[in-house]
Amino acid sequence: MDNNVAVDIHQSREIVAFHVADQGFCIDIGYVREIRGWTPTTVLPHAPDYVKGMMNLRGTVLPVVDLSLRLGLGVTNPSPRHVIIIVMLDERMVGLLVEAVSDILNLPHDDMKPTPDVASGATRNFIEGVFTIEDKMIRAIDVARILPARQGHTTC
Amino acid sequence: MSGSADLREGFFQECEDLLEALADGLNAMDDGTADAEVVNAVFRTVHSIKGGAGAFGLETLVSFAHAFENVLDDVRAGTVSVSPEMLAVFYKSSDRLADLVEAANSGEENAPSQDDALIEELRQLGGGTGEDEEVSPDDFEAIGFALELPEVNDLPELEGDGKSEFEIRFTPKKELYANGNDAALLIRALKDLGELEITADLSEVPVLSEMEWDEPSVSWHLRLITDENQSDIREVFEFVEDQCALEIIRIDEGADSLPDISDFMQVQEDNPPVFLPPISPESPTVISADTRADIEGISIFGKKAEKKVTATKTTIRVDLERVDRLINIVGEMVISEAMLTQSVSEMSLQSGNQVEAAMAQLKQLSSELQESVMAIRAQPVKPLFQRMSRIVREAAQETGKAAKFETIGDTVEVDKTVIERLADPLTHMIRNAVDHGLEETEFRIAAGKPAQGTVTLSAAHRSGRVVIELSDDGAGVNRDKVRSLAIKKGLIPDDADLADTEIDNLLFLPGFSTNDVVSNMSGRGVGMDVVKSEIRALGGRVVIHSSPGSGTTVSISLPLTLAVLEGMVVQAAGETVVVPTSALRETVRADEAGVQVLGSDDLVMSSHGELVPVLDLGACLGYREMPQDFSGLTLLLIENENGRRTAVAVDQVFDQREVVIKGLETNYGFIPGIAAATILGDGRIALIVDTDQLHPVTSLHHHEVGASSKGVLNNG
Repeated sequence: MDNNVAVDIHQSREIVAFHVADQGFCIDIGYVREIRGWTPTTVLPHAPDYVKGMMNLRGTVLPVVDLSLRLGLGVTNPSPRHVIIIVMLDERMVGLLVEAVSDILNLPHDDMKPTPDVASGATRNFIEGVFTIEDKMIRAIDVARILPARQGHTTC
Repeated sequence: MSGSADLREGFFQECEDLLEALADGLNAMDDGTADAEVVNAVFRTVHSIKGGAGAFGLETLVSFAHAFENVLDDVRAGTVSVSPEMLAVFYKSSDRLADLVEAANSGEENAPSQDDALIEELRQLGGGTGEDEEVSPDDFEAIGFALELPEVNDLPELEGDGKSEFEIRFTPKKELYANGNDAALLIRALKDLGELEITADLSEVPVLSEMEWDEPSVSWHLRLITDENQSDIREVFEFVEDQCALEIIRIDEGADSLPDISDFMQVQEDNPPVFLPPISPESPTVISADTRADIEGISIFGKKAEKKVTATKTTIRVDLERVDRLINIVGEMVISEAMLTQSVSEMSLQSGNQVEAAMAQLKQLSSELQESVMAIRAQPVKPLFQRMSRIVREAAQETGKAAKFETIGDTVEVDKTVIERLADPLTHMIRNAVDHGLEETEFRIAAGKPAQGTVTLSAAHRSGRVVIELSDDGAGVNRDKVRSLAIKKGLIPDDADLADTEIDNLLFLPGFSTNDVVSNMSGRGVGMDVVKSEIRALGGRVVIHSSPGSGTTVSISLPLTLAVLEGMVVQAAGETVVVPTSALRETVRADEAGVQVLGSDDLVMSSHGELVPVLDLGACLGYREMPQDFSGLTLLLIENENGRRTAVAVDQVFDQREVVIKGLETNYGFIPGIAAATILGDGRIALIVDTDQLHPVTSLHHHEVGASSKGVLNNG
């Protein structure tokens, strides 16, 4: 549903590739504001388990999502070697906790294949397609879906 | 196009100032402290609004301002003297003028016919003068004066027909310009007195390389033919007399006494004059001004001069966004500074080292900087108070009571956002004060009070907060009535034993209304509880004091700014959390508090003869299970929105400090029990607790006063 970024880029798209739970994933570089090392977060009360807490990015307070847990791939135990990708979608800034950033790639748009049916439900919900580079698979994440639902007064 | 939009914007901004000045002037006239100058100033504000409105084709505004101005003109001229009835009409007119300006600003100019009644009232006051005067925007084009450079032989004949001729030498000093006066305006004002020949004396103009930018070097030789006398001419220079060298000589009529300009004019070929085109001795450049009566010129000049006298401050208008950006940056800087301080102290350097001395200085500078930046957002409460005076008038009119409005401390400055958000609660309060607070006139007289009630609005700084008080000299809160009504409405138990102040504060409960008759304006059951929640939202507190027979005072205590908050930094279940001190009443050691189990596992403690529920902050926020043993913990006694008290247990209290508020809404959303976040000295984030939304994880059977809509939030 939120493919507007993909529509804008006609021929190819630039992506940031990274690892979560030993699997390859990527997001469109247009969402990425910056990439920084893990710093301890402040735990939020009454938050979904995949929300790791709040971090301070030079004065901006933003939530950090444990991408592994969000994708149903288990809890991440963050170490200083872990990386937070700061993404921005409609004024909203969120950090994504990943294992490591591997590459920035420019891939032809047509290379993205639809997600195969075999993928597990939790993963497939957040994946808009799959790139195959040589024999490796890179799953393209739908950023709009991965962000925690906006917490409103009625959420209980 | 955008230029004209800017001008329009500028006009409406100026209108705000003018309306403020108008209200000031009317108040002075009301007090009887007004002199001729005040009346003049009032006239000028209306005139300026009319002038501007004319330029933008705002006909409704023009025609109303015109009617208003005519009466004021008569007052100014002394043909009509001001009566209280007249002042009432003036106040009403000033309100209407404000309405019209606002309507024009939002582009919804209403039809002129609406104003007829008030215009008619104004006309009658004016004693019929000026009624037939044409109103048209053209009245005001006079600002642009006709400038012609006629041939020398076109010069008007200097013939004597009762006119006298003056020669004026006018040499402005630096101070004249520094004070915002303009030689051109003075000359223009002279021009209105008669026929004027203007010759610039450039002999003192130095070569460009030696020129001091702020040192005036041009003087003027003016020749004026007028029927006015010398003192009238001098009057033009009245405000600048000490800022210029002025010589006025009367010369004989028709005498051919134009001084030989070459005497004082030595314009060198290689030093072209800076301000005016080259002038040769044979054909002096003569600026002959159009002599048609040009009142506007004088009025503009008069305004300028008045500004010089009264305005000692200069101000600039700045986009609020820029200020907010600055405040944000300074907030970051203060945090960075705190982080740096912490790192330095962790290095455990030798005492007396330079780093620490420099850090101390940096700390002082940054806190000064923060204060100064916050002060930019601060605005005097005066415009707000002035708006309230209108509410009093309208409320008094609707209820048929006589009410006088007084303000104290309207120069006190408060954050702009606070001022904006105070308008609604204050309106409620004032309507309440007039409607419920003041007695009917006959009761007042029976009680030996002046027939006219007084409503006083005051502002003052008190220990780092702003206290705004609204008091009336009415009958005070009818406690018996309030108490029985509260019982009737089920707000308090039948046998509740309440102190007087507790009864007074029942007025803040939702769904409370004491007046037997629900009036048009207040007493709809929404009122004081809305006031209270709005003030709470601003981080403020509101209390009511009443003494029977002599009146009621509602005081609001507000933080100076919304960007920082005074908080207690505490630890709960290992997490650092900030509790706003505005809700905090006292702290008690849990070991000494005597926490007791009530029912299955609800905890209570006794405080000041009252049993208050005990919560654990860590448990409320879902960090841990409710601890069974409270020993070693500290209890914070918190009073929430409804005046209900709760004791909240925390592991440890660190210190009390000002923290910069960081919203969570944009990047995350709403979190029950959490108001916002802040950044601590070590760069980590601490959450700021919303004390009104703290609820036990397992619900307690406490008596909940008033319906709380927040009860649903604790099961997330």
